[in-house]
Amino acid sequence: MPMYLNEDQAMLQDSAREFIAGEAPVSHLRALRDENCKDGFRHALWKQFAEMGFTGILISEEDDGLGLGHVEAGIVLEEIGRNLTPSPFLTTSVAGVSALNAGGKALREKYFPGILSGDTVLGLAIEERAKHRPDQIAMAAERSGNGFKLNGKKTFVIHGASADALIVAARTAGSAGDSEGLTLFMVDKDAAGLSTEATRLVDSSVAAAVTFDNVEVDADAVIGEVDQGQDVLDALLHAGRAGSAAELVGVGSGAMDMTVDYLKQRKQFGKLIGEFQALQHRTSHLYSEMEIARAAVMKAQQLLDQGNEGADVMVSVAKAKAGRTTGLAVREGVQMHGGIGMTDEYDIGFYMKRDRALNEFMGDANYHANRVARMHGY
Amino acid sequence: MSDTQIDLEQFRSDIRAWLEENCPQEMRQPVKGEDDVYWGGRNASFKNDAQKAWFEACVAKGYTVADWPKAYGGAGFTPAQNKIWKQEMARIGARPPLSSFGIWMLGPALLHFGTEEQKVHYLNQIARGEIRWCQGYSEPGSGSDLVSLQTFGEDKGDHWVVNGQKIWTSYADKCDWIFCLVRTNKEDKYRGISFLLFDMETPGVSTKPIKLISGNSPFCETFFDNVVVPKDQIVGELNRGWDVAKYLLGHEREMISGGGLGDGAPSLGAKIAKVIGTDDSGNLDDPMLRAQLAQFDVDALAFKAMAEKFVDEMKARKGHPAKPNMMKYAGTELNKQRHELIMASGGSDALEWESETSNHGAKPRTWLRTKANSIEGGTSEVMLNVISKRILDLPGA
Ligand SMILES: Cc1cc2nc3c(=O)[nH]c(=O)nc-3n(C[C@H](O)[C@H](O)[C@H](O)COP(=O)(O)OP(=O)(O)OC[C@H]3O[C@@H](n4cnc5c(N)ncnc54)[C@H](O)[C@@H]3O)c2cc1C
Ligand SMILES: Cc1cc2nc3c(=O)[nH]c(=O)nc-3n(C[C@H](O)[C@H](O)[C@H](O)COP(=O)(O)OP(=O)(O)OC[C@H]3O[C@@H](n4cnc5c(N)ncnc54)[C@H](O)[C@@H]3O)c2cc1C
Repeated sequence: MPMYLNEDQAMLQDSAREFIAGEAPVSHLRALRDENCKDGFRHALWKQFAEMGFTGILISEEDDGLGLGHVEAGIVLEEIGRNLTPSPFLTTSVAGVSALNAGGKALREKYFPGILSGDTVLGLAIEERAKHRPDQIAMAAERSGNGFKLNGKKTFVIHGASADALIVAARTAGSAGDSEGLTLFMVDKDAAGLSTEATRLVDSSVAAAVTFDNVEVDADAVIGEVDQGQDVLDALLHAGRAGSAAELVGVGSGAMDMTVDYLKQRKQFGKLIGEFQALQHRTSHLYSEMEIARAAVMKAQQLLDQGNEGADVMVSVAKAKAGRTTGLAVREGVQMHGGIGMTDEYDIGFYMKRDRALNEFMGDANYHANRVARMHGY
Repeated sequence: MSDTQIDLEQFRSDIRAWLEENCPQEMRQPVKGEDDVYWGGRNASFKNDAQKAWFEACVAKGYTVADWPKAYGGAGFTPAQNKIWKQEMARIGARPPLSSFGIWMLGPALLHFGTEEQKVHYLNQIARGEIRWCQGYSEPGSGSDLVSLQTFGEDKGDHWVVNGQKIWTSYADKCDWIFCLVRTNKEDKYRGISFLLFDMETPGVSTKPIKLISGNSPFCETFFDNVVVPKDQIVGELNRGWDVAKYLLGHEREMISGGGLGDGAPSLGAKIAKVIGTDDSGNLDDPMLRAQLAQFDVDALAFKAMAEKFVDEMKARKGHPAKPNMMKYAGTELNKQRHELIMASGGSDALEWESETSNHGAKPRTWLRTKANSIEGGTSEVMLNVISKRILDLPGA
């Protein structure tokens, strides 16, 4: 597969770019933030995502989706990143759908129609600590009747309070650190004993802490096989990590473009500040890093789409590289804007906030560099 | 599966079988020192029979320059075939049969700008490794600011008379011919430079070696004192040598940026873990170095993806024309970092200048040599200038 977009993908990019920049530019996020929007995103926009067909990108044609891949999902995510668009696309249509694709037909029939129509939002109840440690999942799911009883706490569940259902990773056997004994469940938001506590994050998105107090689920809520949830979790994590890396590249590119633009307008010492080599070299270095990060993300997506076993390491490379590079982009962005970059009125600060949240989502650059080292045996 | 895919699979197995038969085991070992590299030329000698056999087998098939047309000494491989050829070479760790500035730099420029006679004549010589070329660009006063060069070629009707001095001419004292930038018009800075080829044995050419911090001395100052160059030894148009030079620099930058890819091993950390050892939990036994290596592996694998993307874009003519400058910048900085880490991981062993443990000085010498990667062929700062101006379109200069 050549490392550039084919004709269909380029068309998708054009329409995603036009649609997202048109309907949900940074001012959209600002408006939601200013009105203290409870859910952190607009359901009406999610409906429009559905009308564009985006919500079904990773759903197979057999299940009435578009049957496309991670490269295509990444195209949409990069535009979401560039515009800082608040949307459940990454959690629901990318990570959530990837988990459900690894499960049975009944669950797909139950949830895909709502996702396709833009009515359903999924939350990912994976994390139990402040730092991403999916290999340390401890939450308990005990057998009870013909199903399971869930007890425990999850944190950093994006859109957790407004989600229609949660994907929950819990232990049906073994203990934290074992890869056997993990099971993933679909839990509807109305389940008795489920409580969510919403909290606004630095980037104005809304995440929830979720408490499970004897929450009962039927056996058919299990995604995949009991005790064999690691594969489902891996599918979810791969999609979520590659996807957030793609979104990060969008955030970084957006910040860089804004900054380059500013360098061409702002005058100091009788010159455009873009004429100062001190700023030119840092910006050119940033450009080069952004291009490398973008290539790493595309490679990871292509390997995922091919089902190549090299995908795992490349997904971590992508998340680590995109995380570090976008961090650079937003720091340079604020600095090169000078004082104005520190003001709320100016958008560049929004990029810095989104970068921080996305970096933390599904593992920061250090976590993934460490993972790359592990996979290489050192 | 399409017909072409079947053809390519057949092609791959043919190449594989040919390599199996023709590439000696000794030529599948990593290059250790200078004399492991075969440069060709009038005064060339082979280090051993294996090097000779491998070179001659490749020349016979046109494999020293596999993607050049057959008429010019190549094998006429399509880009897809050439990619397979390179992959199969890399798979067995085969050494290049011939290393040459003629292949990397002059060849592509001749293919683009040369006359038919020049192509047939010079390219075949390059493919057969008969003539060893050097590059006469830099002058003592003109490095980054190359267009300021002063070496002058005076028009004498059917020939030029060249006077001046070059510097940093790699291997000038071992080379047979030089491709040289010469001012042929003093009025026009850019449109006053011509691209000339001439024999280093022409009367008036002399060289003086420069010793580098690596202890090696492959560089020279090169002096021209009334050197006579026939008129048909110009490439491209009179006074338009800058176009040829820029085109060639593009190839040079691409070649140098390849260093960022390393020796093909996917992980430097994995290699170094074998040297340093791991602790009880399998972590490399030096946590700070481990962290640096992990970051490096991320950077290197991401750069590898970028290199693949770059090649694919070039083939499809989709890339920005100034992108080779970015590749050169990123690739050379990465390669310098690689060798910093290799030195750090070797500890005191890597410091030994001549001993067995440091591979007879190959480690420290290579480390020192890589520092030139971000200077030769245009410095990193100059690459960043080009990116600022031509890609980001920043104002000024
Ligand atoms: C939180 C805060 C508190 C402040 N408090 C006060 C206060 O109490 N009183 C007061 O008077 N001011 C105050 N300031 C203003 C502050 O001093 C200016 O913001 C600062 O001097 C930078 O000027 P600028 O914002 O116009 O940035 P600009 O001058 O527009 O700079 C933009 C970017 O260009 C770079 N740049 C500019 N010139 C060059 C050059 N020649 N070479 C290379 N790079 C260059 C800058 O480093 C920066 O990265 C405050 C600012 C902030 C953010
Ligand atoms: C190992 C090696 C092999 C070489 N092989 C050859 C060869 O075979 N043939 C040949 O012709 N030449 C060769 N060169 C020469 C090489 O191309 C020049 O050294 C290079 O172009 C830099 O020029 P310079 O050394 O004059 O440095 P200078 O141009 O003097 O630069 C000095 C410093 O100033 C910086 N600088 C210069 N201009 C700017 C600017 N506008 N903005 C910001 N920073 C700037 C540079 O980046 C550098 O850091 C070789 C050099 C080396 C080290």
